[in-house]
Amino acid sequence: MTAPVILYVFFVILPYVEAFYYSFTSWHGFQKAEWVGIDNYKKMFDDDTFWKAVTHNGIILLLLPLATLIIALFFAFLLNVGGKAKAGVSQGVRGSKFYRLVFFFPQLLAVPIVAVLFQSVYRPDKSGVLNGILGFFGVKPVGWLIEPNIALLMLIAVMVWQAIGFYVVLFSAGMSSIPAEIYEAAELDGATPATTFRRITLPLLWGNIQTAWVYLGVAAFDAFAIVDVLSNNQGGPDFSTTVLSEEIYKATLAGKYGYATTLGVALFFLTATFAVIAFTTTKRETIEY
Amino acid sequence: MSKTPDLPGEVSRRTVITRAAAIGAAIPAAGLLGACAGGGSSDSGTDSKTSNDPKNPFGVKDGDPLEVVIFNGGYGEKYAKDIHEPMYKAAFPKSEIKHSAPTEISTTIQPRFAGGNPPDFLNNSGAKAIDIGSLVGDGQLLTLDKLWAAPSYDDPKKTVKDTLIPGTIESGEFDGKSVQLNYVFTVYGIWYNANLFSKNSWVAPKTWDETTALFDKIKAAGITPYAYAGANASYYQFEVILSNAAKIGGADVLKNIDNLEDGAWQVPAIKDALDFWAGIGAKYMDKSHEGLKHTEVQLQQNQGKVAFYPSGSWLENEQAKETPADFKYAMTLVPSKGSGDKIPFTGIHATAGEPYVIPAKAKNPNGALEYMRIMLSKKGANEFVKLNGSLTSVIGSSDGATLTPGTASAKTALDAAGKDVFTFHVNDWYADMNTEMKAATNALMFGHQNTAQFIERVQKAADKLKKDSSIKKNKVK
Repeated sequence: MTAPVILYVFFVILPYVEAFYYSFTSWHGFQKAEWVGIDNYKKMFDDDTFWKAVTHNGIILLLLPLATLIIALFFAFLLNVGGKAKAGVSQGVRGSKFYRLVFFFPQLLAVPIVAVLFQSVYRPDKSGVLNGILGFFGVKPVGWLIEPNIALLMLIAVMVWQAIGFYVVLFSAGMSSIPAEIYEAAELDGATPATTFRRITLPLLWGNIQTAWVYLGVAAFDAFAIVDVLSNNQGGPDFSTTVLSEEIYKATLAGKYGYATTLGVALFFLTATFAVIAFTTTKRETIEY
Repeated sequence: MSKTPDLPGEVSRRTVITRAAAIGAAIPAAGLLGACAGGGSSDSGTDSKTSNDPKNPFGVKDGDPLEVVIFNGGYGEKYAKDIHEPMYKAAFPKSEIKHSAPTEISTTIQPRFAGGNPPDFLNNSGAKAIDIGSLVGDGQLLTLDKLWAAPSYDDPKKTVKDTLIPGTIESGEFDGKSVQLNYVFTVYGIWYNANLFSKNSWVAPKTWDETTALFDKIKAAGITPYAYAGANASYYQFEVILSNAAKIGGADVLKNIDNLEDGAWQVPAIKDALDFWAGIGAKYMDKSHEGLKHTEVQLQQNQGKVAFYPSGSWLENEQAKETPADFKYAMTLVPSKGSGDKIPFTGIHATAGEPYVIPAKAKNPNGALEYMRIMLSKKGANEFVKLNGSLTSVIGSSDGATLTPGTASAKTALDAAGKDVFTFHVNDWYADMNTEMKAATNALMFGHQNTAQFIERVQKAADKLKKDSSIKKNKVK
């Protein structure tokens, strides 16, 4: 028991503690760190870019879990119980095994590769995949990633696209462990698929959804790879897609390690707060079956 | 410092891997680095005695290994591998040379500085160069005074300093310390295909009026008159704007900006230049270029879809593989406003660039100094010019070399400029200014913000930087 604890303290807790210390210094990453008190924190709260980044993390935190959960639940439902019942046992839609595989594909790609792929999809001239298709209908090329109003949404769309596969599988596993008799009974009582979903699937999947919510929330606080590789000018245009992790990265590269750790501490508190809120507010009685 | 964007095929496997490794690791990474790198001290001086041997003035020991890190960008790595390293090896046959050439210097090398294990010799260049201000501020670099005072490679009666174009050493000074060798003499201008222009009997414009008149003609011919890549090369455009401002208001405009003087950005010269180029952006540029990369827009120029593209003199070489046979690079200068300009049209933004440094904690600093001396030898520089088609900071380095059309036109422009040579450093010295200027330039050129907003935000960034005592400031004398 002691060995894991020591390892954990040394490799996880200690770096965190050190990060807290460095957030109070003007460390450049090379020499001895100089104590500057709360200067970095003052600087951070004065920094427009910091607030932009926090806002964007907030927007992602709202949209990413919501969109992913809804779509993934919908797909999982279709794949498992959405089809016509055969011999009294509810089934997925036709070809559901194939779809399950297809949905999982994006999950197999590393995030930066996904980002590079989407560079071609979102290319702002008519050689872009999306603009090529739109051009076919006579629509002018859209600057998917250079219009400040939509750039962030486009990035979130990619994150959702990539995340869905995993949660479809997670929810499918959850749904398949729901006893078939419950569905049969519901069907005998004349429940529509929508009612079945709302009254049976959703409550019985609650544990899975709660976990998914926290995972996706934490992912929303990261979002680094997609923003760094895919967005215009790493968090642009004009900081309209930047997130905290991107600002930490930039501050580090600019030699402002002290300030970067300050941003890191802010990110730590935001993530921790979210996790606590998520677990306390979604607590419900678990249904034993 | 040249701002060569990443290579074609920018997201190489290496990049992907490094980026993947960085995902979400931000907090722990900073902490872990701290765990091994917090303390420690450094001094910037070598411990060796200067030897009197003009063949080996730094007393390099044959057999000591040398680690050379080259930025794999506009100049590639071939010049190090095929020219300078063999010359070093010939002088010290028992010494092993460890060569590497990453495309992202800070991602790969900065952690080694932090860990006290830097390479001996570093080409600190590219979009991801390590912030030089931090390196100097923390005493991480060796001062090069010994190199400048050493006898030159070819003529023991001359010092290395005597063989360099004046201004070269100063261009590598930070905080009063000479820490950086700027090897390549870079000339900035606006590039076009001379063949395309003579075919259409177009002449590169010298004034603003001529510029808009010609741009109208080019536009009518179905070609985008002017372009730069907003996704990763907005530096090229603020280079144009600042050069233009310098021509209107004199080189002091740039000096004040570099020195973070109050209101340095709020002068008429800056405003006029911004107004003119914002107009060009609104009327003669392709909106989609804001989201395209340097290589993608360059391809369009190669295909004859773009007429003018601003960049430094490394461009021709960087594009050598992609340039079609009928494409003949030529360079023109930023056009003049016309009346009342302080610097004539021939005035040019040129500077010794492409930085090389020696870490203070290098294991073989003497070997690295000798390696620099070899680079600055007649043979070392001349072969570099022949291979890369770019001028070096060594006097007469292009003698006897057949220059490519683009380099030849850059050299002609440089010769014609006489004393009217200017440069600026603000973006190299201060990462925050670089970020803000890049974002503001895109916003201006692609019509998201106007001149007043540009000036306000950049001045605000400069003021904020000035007040920030944690960032070391440099001054232009």
